[in-house]
Amino acid sequence: MTDQAISSPAAGMATDVAGPAGPKPKRLTASRVGVYAFLIIAALFFLIPLWVMIVTSLKTLPEIRLGNLFNWPSDLTFDPWIKAWTTACTGRDCDGISPGFWNSVKITVPSVILSVFLAALNGYALSFWKYRGSELFFGLLMFGAFVPYQVVIYPLIIAFREIGIFATLPGIIILHSIFGMPILTLLFRNFFGSLPGELFRAARVDGAGFWQIFVMIMLPMSVPITIVAIILQVTGIWNDFLFGVVFAGRPNMPMTVQLNNIVTTTTGIREYNVNMAATILTALVPLAVYFISGKWFVRGIAAGAVKG
Amino acid sequence: MEHSVSIKDLSLNFGHVRVLEHLNLDIDQGEFLVLLGPSGCGKSTLLNCVAGLLDVTGGQIFIDGKNVTWEEPKDRGIGMVFQSYALYPQMSVERNLSFGLRVAGMKKDEIDRRVARASEILQIEPLLQRKPVELSGGQRQRVAIGRALVRDVDVFLFDEPLSNLDAKLRSELRVEIKRLHLRLKNTMIYVTHDQIEAMTLADRIAIMKGGVIQQLDVPSVIYNKPVNLFVAGFIGSPSMNFLHGEFTGGASPKFVSQGVNWDLKGYETLPSTGADKRQATIGIRPEHIAINDEAKSMPVTIDVEIEVVEPMGSDTLGWVRIGGESVTFRVASEIDLQVGQKLTLGFDPARASVFDGNTGERL
Ligand SMILES: Nc1ncnc2c1ncn2[C@@H]1O[C@H](COP(=O)(O)OP(=O)(O)OP(=O)(O)O)[C@@H](O)[C@H]1O
Ligand SMILES: [Mg+2]
Repeated sequence: MTDQAISSPAAGMATDVAGPAGPKPKRLTASRVGVYAFLIIAALFFLIPLWVMIVTSLKTLPEIRLGNLFNWPSDLTFDPWIKAWTTACTGRDCDGISPGFWNSVKITVPSVILSVFLAALNGYALSFWKYRGSELFFGLLMFGAFVPYQVVIYPLIIAFREIGIFATLPGIIILHSIFGMPILTLLFRNFFGSLPGELFRAARVDGAGFWQIFVMIMLPMSVPITIVAIILQVTGIWNDFLFGVVFAGRPNMPMTVQLNNIVTTTTGIREYNVNMAATILTALVPLAVYFISGKWFVRGIAAGAVKG
Repeated sequence: MEHSVSIKDLSLNFGHVRVLEHLNLDIDQGEFLVLLGPSGCGKSTLLNCVAGLLDVTGGQIFIDGKNVTWEEPKDRGIGMVFQSYALYPQMSVERNLSFGLRVAGMKKDEIDRRVARASEILQIEPLLQRKPVELSGGQRQRVAIGRALVRDVDVFLFDEPLSNLDAKLRSELRVEIKRLHLRLKNTMIYVTHDQIEAMTLADRIAIMKGGVIQQLDVPSVIYNKPVNLFVAGFIGSPSMNFLHGEFTGGASPKFVSQGVNWDLKGYETLPSTGADKRQATIGIRPEHIAINDEAKSMPVTIDVEIEVVEPMGSDTLGWVRIGGESVTFRVASEIDLQVGQKLTLGFDPARASVFDGNTGERL
């Protein structure tokens, strides 16, 4: 190992008088080994089920029945994936999971845009345009972050029915936007609160108004935090099951609900390979979001943590 | 002549905290006024009130004779430069400069003309396409000044524009701001807690403490005839020497303290001061104290022994003890002072200041 420089005093060399010099030699200590071992085990813990899902989705049903859960398929087939996407039965209809995918897109994209925009605006107003009662408003909003969904579902059903948006696409979009508001507003408020107030005052002196400051100065600065907000919302809304099944309405059922229908369909034999393929397909969007933007996510959170 | 900026009876509270109370201040056209005071005395608050960034609690603000108390910042004819520069980080220097003009919907060629003029005055032409992060502190502050410049306003407000810069840059930009003022002849209100900036730049200085203006006058009067103990102690570096004792006013003023009995002939007592004896503090600036031969010709002299010597390069400070209190004096650096050396100090009472022991007001 490289600890020669440290052990050499015993050898009594002339240069020893100087003591340690240059880069400190790196040593593999017991605690390091422990940390790595733990990380590897944790990674395996999450990767093994994924591996099983992938190989199972690529096997034919007879091969699955043979057992050998971890083996690479001897008879590689993509049919389960095609079936899951196009012809698997989700209850009565047998169009696969693709309609659910498009429903989820139709729910997620507008919800994310609406909620992130509103939260940015909210956080901006709460940080820079304090009005009478704005602190109280923020406090109430934060309270909303802790309300368990189950408690408010029934009142919300009635309210949405009265307004006429229950079981409609706009209804579920509005619902997701409302429930994203507390945490996203907190995120943006903390971010804007960490910006120097002089920036805002300079813009006021320059004659910019509420919207000009927001659009021309604040939004361009908030790219990292916006990406964090988008990631939070995309994964949150895409993975949502409860609101989708209750509020979306039959024609708009999101992918998670249809996946559930495929997996729990009890007629005929259980097609494990199709179920696995459908599950992976459903998880693909959040996975992709994390892989593409993980770096931004960490950066954005860190920016908020250090300055906020 | 009409005042450029006129502040009448201005009050400002943050909730229950009273920061400014019934403040009055008139600033002439083209005047360079410096607001000087310790941290937290309300300088920025006053400036923000003039800029319209804070709603006043009471009183009025006039700019060029127009009551602007309720006006938006942009309609007041002011430009402001901030301590932290406050440049828009996503915009190039050019777009930083033109932001206010673009927001106001000005024509493209007029914007270009003004940006070109401002960047010529401030010598930032080569930087126009850079982002603020790519600039040094001094360059950033120049751009911040330029942003006020392009707006062609009558009144410039500076809130400690140089305090984020290092000492060398600060003195460079200080001179540049002075030049700028000579060239533009705008009214400028300049907040600082650096007394050298205040003394060198100001036409008049307003010394503030606790939201109240203590003294408003030209730098030399502030320096030589401070109205109270606070101003006397705040201005000057090294600061003024203070000795506590008893003062007798009238035609032949006297100051008596432990081991000291000075005849202050030549000290001009204020007319309001009576001839009676009272507790008082005498203040003498270190640079107004002469030594040895020169001291012998002074009206007041005293023999002392040097305790500490501080060579500062350009001059030397000597520390002595008079009546149990520490006193410093300043001499040219060529003069060789030794610890333990005995010498005679002297000063001219006409250049001293005497303050009431209770109120701290000048006598
Ligand atoms: N938003 C605020 N809410 C409550 N109090 C405030 C607020 N802003 C300033 N103050 C108080 O008002 C007083 C004056 O503040 P101000 O910023 O004007 O001081 P300053 O003279 O500019 O000081 P500095 O030299 O440190 O910049 C301070 O005591 C400060 O604590
Ligand atoms: Mg200040």
